Amino acid sequence: MSGLAGLIVKRLGLGLLTLLIISIIIFIAMEALPGDTAQQILGQAATEENLAALREELGLNQPLPVRYLAWLTDALRGDFGISVANQREVAEQLGPRFGNTLFLAAFAAIIAVPLAITLGVLAALFRNSIYDRVSNALALVSISSPEFFLGYILVLFFAVQNQFFPPIASVTPGMDFWARVEMTFLPALTMSLVVMAYMMRMTRAAIINLLASPYIEMARLKGVPQRRVITRHALPNALAPIINVVALNLAYLITGVVLVEVVFVYPGVGQLLVDSVSKQDGPVVQACCLIFAATFILFNLIADVGSIVTNPRLRHPK
Amino acid sequence: MGTFSIVYFALLIAATAAAAYFKNRTALLLLFTLLIVSFLSGLLGGTNVLVGFTIAAGLLAAAAGVSYSFKEALIAILPPEGAKLMRTAPLTAAFGLLVILTYIVAAIFAPVIAPFGEAEVIGGAFAPPDDQMLLGGDQLGRDLFSRLIYGARNTVGVAIVTTALAFLIGTVAGLVAATMGGWVDQLLGRIVDILLAIPQLIFALLLLTIFGAGIIELTVVIAVLYSPLVFRLTRAVAGNIVVMDYIEAARLRGESTWYLVSREVLPNITAPLAAEFGLRFCFVFLAISALSFLGLGIQPPTADWGSMVRETASLISFGLVTPLIPAAAIALLTVAVNFVVDWMLYISSGLKE
Repeated sequence: MSGLAGLIVKRLGLGLLTLLIISIIIFIAMEALPGDTAQQILGQAATEENLAALREELGLNQPLPVRYLAWLTDALRGDFGISVANQREVAEQLGPRFGNTLFLAAFAAIIAVPLAITLGVLAALFRNSIYDRVSNALALVSISSPEFFLGYILVLFFAVQNQFFPPIASVTPGMDFWARVEMTFLPALTMSLVVMAYMMRMTRAAIINLLASPYIEMARLKGVPQRRVITRHALPNALAPIINVVALNLAYLITGVVLVEVVFVYPGVGQLLVDSVSKQDGPVVQACCLIFAATFILFNLIADVGSIVTNPRLRHPK
Repeated sequence: MGTFSIVYFALLIAATAAAAYFKNRTALLLLFTLLIVSFLSGLLGGTNVLVGFTIAAGLLAAAAGVSYSFKEALIAILPPEGAKLMRTAPLTAAFGLLVILTYIVAAIFAPVIAPFGEAEVIGGAFAPPDDQMLLGGDQLGRDLFSRLIYGARNTVGVAIVTTALAFLIGTVAGLVAATMGGWVDQLLGRIVDILLAIPQLIFALLLLTIFGAGIIELTVVIAVLYSPLVFRLTRAVAGNIVVMDYIEAARLRGESTWYLVSREVLPNITAPLAAEFGLRFCFVFLAISALSFLGLGIQPPTADWGSMVRETASLISFGLVTPLIPAAAIALLTVAVNFVVDWMLYISSGLKE
C-alpha cells in the first residue's frame, strides 16, 4: 500500500507545483497591466506625494519576488487584497459568489452524471442501433452549440412561452433551499446538457473499448449469459474509465459556468470575473483566476488519482 | 384536442403500423418512441409542442433531401476520383459540406447579398421584421439580416485566421520537438503541460485583461492558448514517423533538418492534421463567439454573431427568437464542420485497416 500512497503523494506534489507556477503567471500578468494599483485607486488627478505614500502603504515599492510572496501568503490566508473598482475586500465579494457557483455546478453535476453514464452505457451496449445513432447525433449537436444558444432556447421555451421557471436566476443570500433550486434549474440544465454530451460520448467510447478486450470475448465464448457478462465482467472494470470521465467533465463544468452565469445573470464567480475583466480590476481578476485554476487542477488531480486507485496495473508500475 | 392533433396522431400510428407490417425494426422503434414522446409532451404542453415536432421533422426531411441532391450533384460534377469518394460519403457529411459551402459564399459575397451595410442605421431601434428588414432591426436600428451575412465574413474569418495561427505555432513547435528531441522536447513539453493546466477560457479572460479587447489581441491570445493541443498531436504523430527507416536513411544521406521536416515528415502527417484542423476550428470558433458574447472579443460596430446575441438578448423576454438566429448560425457551422471531420476521420481510419 505504501507504493500507492507514494504515487498519490507524488501526484499531489505535482499538482501543487503546477498551481504555484500558475500563481506566478497570474501575478506577473497582473503586474503587466498599464498603471500600478496606486495610480488606479487615486485616479489621474493624484499628486506625486499621495501616490508615493499609497505605494509605500501598499508595499508597491518592494522588489517583485517579495511582493509575490506577500501576495501569495495573503491569498493562502484568504486575503486577496482590495478591489480597484469599488475599494471593497475582494474576499468579501468572492465568498458568497463562490458558494453560489459551487451550488450551481453541484446541481448541474447531480442532473448530468447519472443520466450521462446510464445513456453512455446504453449507447455502448446497443451500439450502431438507432438509439445509439440518434443519441450520438444529439450529443454532437449539443457539443457544437455555444452555451448561450442552449441557455436562450431553454429560456424561450420554459420561462417565456411557458412560465415554468424564472428566466433570470437572481438568487439572494437568505433564500430558502427549494426556491433556490427552482431558480437555478434552467442554468443547471443548460450546463448539464453540454457536459452530458461530452460525458456520454466518453463513457460510450470507454465501454466499447472495454467490451473489445479479450477476457470479455472469453466470457462470451465459455457461454456466460450476456447479462452476466455485463454486470460481472464488464461493469466492475468500467469503473476506472467512468471515474476518470466524470472528474474530467466536472473540471470542465467549473469553467463552463462563466457563460451560463452571464446568460442567467447569476451572481457567481464567473459573472464577477467577466465584469472585472472589462473594468480591468486586477486584484479581483487575479483572485477569480486563481480560484478557477485551483478547482480545475483539483478535479484533474482527482481524475488522475481515481484512475490509479481503481486500476491495479497503474498501482504497481513495472 | 384539435383537428391537427387528431391528424398528427393518426398519421404517426399509421406509419408505426406500416413499419411493423414491413418488419422494419429500426423505423418501428424510432416511430414508436416518437409516438410515446409526442403523447406525453402533448399532454403536458398542448398542440404547440406537436406543431413544433412536425416542423422539426419537416426541417430534418428537407435537410436530408437537400443534402441528398447536393451529394448526387457533386458526384455528377466532380472528376471520377472525387465522385468515387463522394459516393461513399454519408448524408451527414454531404450536409456538412453544403452548409460550409453556403457560409463561404455568404462570406465572400457579403456586400452583394446583404441589402444594407453592416454599420448602416436603417430604421428604429428593435424595429419589427418587414419587407425591407427581413429579420428586423437591432438595438440601434441596423438591419439584422445584413449583419448576419457580414457576420459570416467577420466571425468565421477571424476564427479561420486564429486556427491557422494556432496551427502554425503548434505544428512548428511539435515538429521541432519531434525531430530535435532531447532538452528542447522536454522544455516544450513542460510549457505545454502548464498551458493546459489552466482552463482556456479563464486564461483568455486573464490575458485579455492585460492586452485589452481587440481583434488582433483576440487572435493572438486564442491562437497561443489553443496551440498546445496541436503541438501534442503533431509531436505524437511526427514522433512515429521520425523513427522510421527512411528518415534514418535521409539523415545518413546528409539531408538538412528542413528537408527532413518538409519532404519526409510533413507529407506523412497531413491527414491527421487536416482532421485536427477542422476539430480545432470548432473549438476556436466557439471560444471566439463566447468571448464576443461576453463583450471581450470582436468589438462593435463590426458585425459579429457572438456580440449580436448579447446585443439583442433582451428581446428573448418578449418571446422573440431574434437572439437565437446568430447563435443558431454559430451552432449550425460547428455541427457541419464536425460532420465533415467525422467523415474524414472515418476515411483515414478505414484506409489504415
